[in-house]
Amino acid sequence: MNVVVCVKQIPDPAAPQSLDPTTKNLNRSGKLILDEADTYGVEMGLQLVDKAGSGEVTVVSMGSSADLSGLRNALAMGAAKAIIVSDESLRGTDALGTAKVLAAAIRRVNPDLVLAATESSDGYTGTTPVQIAELLGLPSITFAKSVTVENGTVKVDRQTEEGYDEVTASLPAVVTVTAGVVEPRYASFKGIMAAKSKPVEELTASDLGLAGEVGPGGARQEITAVVDAEKRSAGEIHVDEGEGAQQIVAFLDSIKVL
Amino acid sequence: MPLSNIWVVVEPTSSGLSSTSLELLTHARTFGASVSAITWGDAAANAAQSGDYGATTLYSVGDLGGALPGVPVASAISALIASSGAPDAVLIPTSYDGRDIAGRLSARLDRPVLTNVTGLYEEGGLVTEHPVFGGSQIVKAQFTGEGPGIYVIRAKSFVSEAAGGSAASVVAAPVGDMGSTDTARIVTSHVEERTGPKLEEAAVVVSGGRGLGEASAYALITETANLLHGAAGASRAIVDAGWVPYSHQVGQTGKTVKPTVYIACGISGATQHMVGMKGSKNIVAINKDADAPIFQIADFGIVGDVHKVLPALIEALKARA
Repeated sequence: MNVVVCVKQIPDPAAPQSLDPTTKNLNRSGKLILDEADTYGVEMGLQLVDKAGSGEVTVVSMGSSADLSGLRNALAMGAAKAIIVSDESLRGTDALGTAKVLAAAIRRVNPDLVLAATESSDGYTGTTPVQIAELLGLPSITFAKSVTVENGTVKVDRQTEEGYDEVTASLPAVVTVTAGVVEPRYASFKGIMAAKSKPVEELTASDLGLAGEVGPGGARQEITAVVDAEKRSAGEIHVDEGEGAQQIVAFLDSIKVL
Repeated sequence: MPLSNIWVVVEPTSSGLSSTSLELLTHARTFGASVSAITWGDAAANAAQSGDYGATTLYSVGDLGGALPGVPVASAISALIASSGAPDAVLIPTSYDGRDIAGRLSARLDRPVLTNVTGLYEEGGLVTEHPVFGGSQIVKAQFTGEGPGIYVIRAKSFVSEAAGGSAASVVAAPVGDMGSTDTARIVTSHVEERTGPKLEEAAVVVSGGRGLGEASAYALITETANLLHGAAGASRAIVDAGWVPYSHQVGQTGKTVKPTVYIACGISGATQHMVGMKGSKNIVAINKDADAPIFQIADFGIVGDVHKVLPALIEALKARA
């Protein structure tokens, strides 16, 4: 079974983030890492391929290829190869444009299953995987908290407002996984060494026949302003010296919650 | 150009339309445009409630036969647009199914989608507001191309209020050609039981995070919540760690809450979490780390160990009971 996992290299969420004052795009000039949300999909893909006994995991990404350490991380975990679509003209692409690019790249692999996170940890639009499914003409199941594959069918426990649903779909399909669906493995030393020689294919928008169709020109939405949110007034902070609980009770009294 | 038509996707639940659906219908009325609802399931019940909240027409996709709503509902909306023209905007609740519908519709219509919307007003077209960086800044955005704009709006962005209208007139919205996309089927549904008030509706929410140290310490959270007649919430970190079910999660990917008081225990205040609770009327934080971001938005903070403060708080609340 061949699995594609959509991944994204993002600025380290632990580092301070900002918007570029001119383009109002997220500043991505610093070091990029593999979005932690994507490690669950990579792990799930590896486990499903293992269980099927044949096939491989390909990671597919869009973004700057200046720093590939995030993709190398996925390869070190065990993915067989990576495809990154990288093109200056793609800077500022919206979610649908991203989906068009990723869908075109995925078509080249022709996988049985496409996995993705429910949303990225930097842009968190959360629609790209389903847009990919529609563009590829595939069924999709989002918010999976468990995934199994059997006889050409994918079975998913999908989160709902009230609990979860057991949902099935025919393969090929797109499935988005929640964090915690599996425990992502750490790359072994052997894996890290092997990753250095695994193939990373770099493509441009024109390689995919999408030149001029995607990118900021294709984005039909614009950020018109960035403003500071209304600040909450600074509160009262106490260091607990045994009185903390009583102080909280007094505060709850003052706001008439008790 | 004034808006003339707004369509709102409203989601049926086991107890009527979802609260976010009603918030969107209420807000849609403020634009002075004709408001139509789009939904599936029991048309008569949905029409009555949609009408009460201001929709004049209910486009009903009907029974989905166990299909996940994303594909058939997006297909029905595209077919409606093809047959009767596009509205100015399609408003969709941020929810599991809402996001599926929005993604499918966006790709079908080849129109972009704006998600995580928390504000929507008219100023030379529709302007959206989106909180970024944990809600410290607001991004405003607009669609520039041809409509309809697709807006996915977060829960509790607007207050819902019935208008007392009569039932919306029901118009069937049949699904179009779905190709091979519509094979996802719900086999069985599982409901995770919760006791006490619902997280989204409770006046008091007590939430725990990684600072609790271990899963068993979450009992302190539920006990405190019970004593305050509130609901117990959680940060994404401990939900991912499997300590508590996802239904407890507050934040970007979880629930949005706006209680009278939110008590964050051992929660540092990651961006992801803040977005879901920043609108609370009062915020109380207990955290060992005086530099934790949560203290920047707390009305009342205790720098201390949750393992000491919470048991003492439980004793104090019991003494008051």
